[in-house]
Amino acid sequence: MTTTAMRPSKARPRAAIAAKTLRTDKWRTPPLTIGAILLLFIVYSTVRLFMGRYYVVGDYGYLTPLYSPCLFKDCVPAASHFGQPLPAMPFFIPLGAIVFPVVAGFRLTCYYYRKAYYRSLWLSPQACAVQEPHKKYTGETRFPLILQNSHRFFFYLAAVVLAINVWDALHTFRGADGHFGMGLGTLIIWINVLALAGYTASCHACRHAFGGKLKHFSKHPLRYRMWVLISKLNPKHGFYAMVSLWTVMATDFYIMAVSAGWFSDLRFFN
Amino acid sequence: MGIRKFRVWRGDAAGGELKHYEVEVNEGEVVLDIVHRLQATQEPDLACRWNCKAGKCGSCSVEINGKPRLSCMTRMSTFEEDETVTVTPIRTFPIIRDLVTDVAFNYTKARETPAFAPPEGVAPGDYRMQQIDVERSQEFRKCIECFLCQNVCHVIRDHEENKPAFSGPRFFIRAAELDMHPLDAREDRKAYAQEDMGLGYCNITKCCTEVCPEHIKITDNAIIPMKERVVDRKYDPLVWLGRKIFRRDQLEGAVDSSVGRVHAEEPHEGVHWGRPKPAPQAAALGEDGHMDLTELTFNRPAAASPFGDDQEFPLPPEGLNYHHKDR
Ligand code: SF4
Ligand code: SF4
Ligand code: FES
Ligand code: FES
Repeated sequence: MTTTAMRPSKARPRAAIAAKTLRTDKWRTPPLTIGAILLLFIVYSTVRLFMGRYYVVGDYGYLTPLYSPCLFKDCVPAASHFGQPLPAMPFFIPLGAIVFPVVAGFRLTCYYYRKAYYRSLWLSPQACAVQEPHKKYTGETRFPLILQNSHRFFFYLAAVVLAINVWDALHTFRGADGHFGMGLGTLIIWINVLALAGYTASCHACRHAFGGKLKHFSKHPLRYRMWVLISKLNPKHGFYAMVSLWTVMATDFYIMAVSAGWFSDLRFFN
Repeated sequence: MGIRKFRVWRGDAAGGELKHYEVEVNEGEVVLDIVHRLQATQEPDLACRWNCKAGKCGSCSVEINGKPRLSCMTRMSTFEEDETVTVTPIRTFPIIRDLVTDVAFNYTKARETPAFAPPEGVAPGDYRMQQIDVERSQEFRKCIECFLCQNVCHVIRDHEENKPAFSGPRFFIRAAELDMHPLDAREDRKAYAQEDMGLGYCNITKCCTEVCPEHIKITDNAIIPMKERVVDRKYDPLVWLGRKIFRRDQLEGAVDSSVGRVHAEEPHEGVHWGRPKPAPQAAALGEDGHMDLTELTFNRPAAASPFGDDQEFPLPPEGLNYHHKDR
């Protein structure tokens, strides 16, 4: 029996509550949903990456973001907006090998996705105030998870990839006859670019680089402005992360479908 | 609103269980009201901690239906009529009794964190700061030290062994507050956060942000910026090169980085009471094993003072010793 006069000593027990959690709400739903979406994306992008076909609609200048930039000799010429300086690669190096490590690394080390997969796929923890199944936990203090600190480098590279995506998207205002034209694909590709831009601009590393690292905002008025702007986007980072995941899949799927001839592009003009 | 069903954890370090109760609930009441009604009508010795009943003192942290909450800010109207409401003590800290836990861990961690270091050559009273420079830190000053974030954090909630190495989200916001403070002179806060506070243990799963009753964006505005600042210092070759070229590294160490660090293992003298501490004495229990705490039948105005009944307040000033080894 504890009395009011008991004094604290070391290592005293916690309340003996056996239940792993006493939560009564549907705490399983969010991690399961997010986990399913992440797995879907992983499977879809892997399949598409090694497909090596249906990634470009030459007539209208549509190129899937998963293969851009396409710099290898064996790329379809219409897909190579930046030339083909690199030799053809053996089958196990996919055409998207330039961009894939960048975007995969960017999303893998992203603070939002880390939360998402630590919860959904690694159950660490699966939901708040639910006991996690792991015996030991060292977080991001050692290899390999200490590499999560490389996020900002992927951010720098992803900013370049975003510029390439914009460049690709500028090629989509083209009709079959080579003059100005627009179709549903143009719209889809631009929506995707916007989602990617939102995702990249709201990144925590971006917020830090543009102003977050400063101690004295008052001495850097321009960077302070940038920081304020990014800080407005930043709370929606998770939203952009999920939206851009879907838009990338949708864009790629649309281009695959049009390119494979499953249906034809809906043209607005030309 | 009628009679509602409750389960409340009763017990202490020796063990305990969830006990069922049926309690009257009225319009507009919060969970803390119900705990008080339980005390008044059925369980006079039910222990709970509270103070302001306004969500501002951070005393009444418990877990309600498994979720860490302030019991004074959880309205009964948020539950279904037929729902059994479960109230348990916060789990991460040692239990004292019923809903009261010993949160000393947090005060130890607070003591370990180096305090604000004033800039050289500026007298107190002459501190001048621009609003935009202090804005970010001000968010963190809203903290009411309810320790719900510390309680929910899986790093220590599920892994007791991490406690020595990990300070927890409440102190990460403190670290961020001081690192972003325009006048703080210490240069080693990033290193301190990483090496001594265990910032790397956090895997930014955001439970602390989810439970914070002050809605402080702990993860987005404190932990992640601190992680990025650590990367600046430690892992970013560009920044490292810049520092070497512009010789900014020589500024570091302007403040001796060993000053102001206190560790849990170091003996801490605390308050010197000016006399021997009273020996622990067991409380008097009634026949039913409960403490006799109703004022009507009690032979004294309140429970015994934990300092001993012969202690006079205020304490004799010459005996006082708020000792900190830097001061
Ligand atoms: S975000 Fe980090 S500090 Fe906050 S609860 Fe999760 S692991 Fe703990
Ligand atoms: S940061 Fe929020 S949850 Fe944590 S102790 Fe302060 S007020 Fe409570
Ligand atoms: S992309 Fe998500 S935090 Fe940088
Ligand atoms: S009693 Fe003060 S916060 Fe609840």
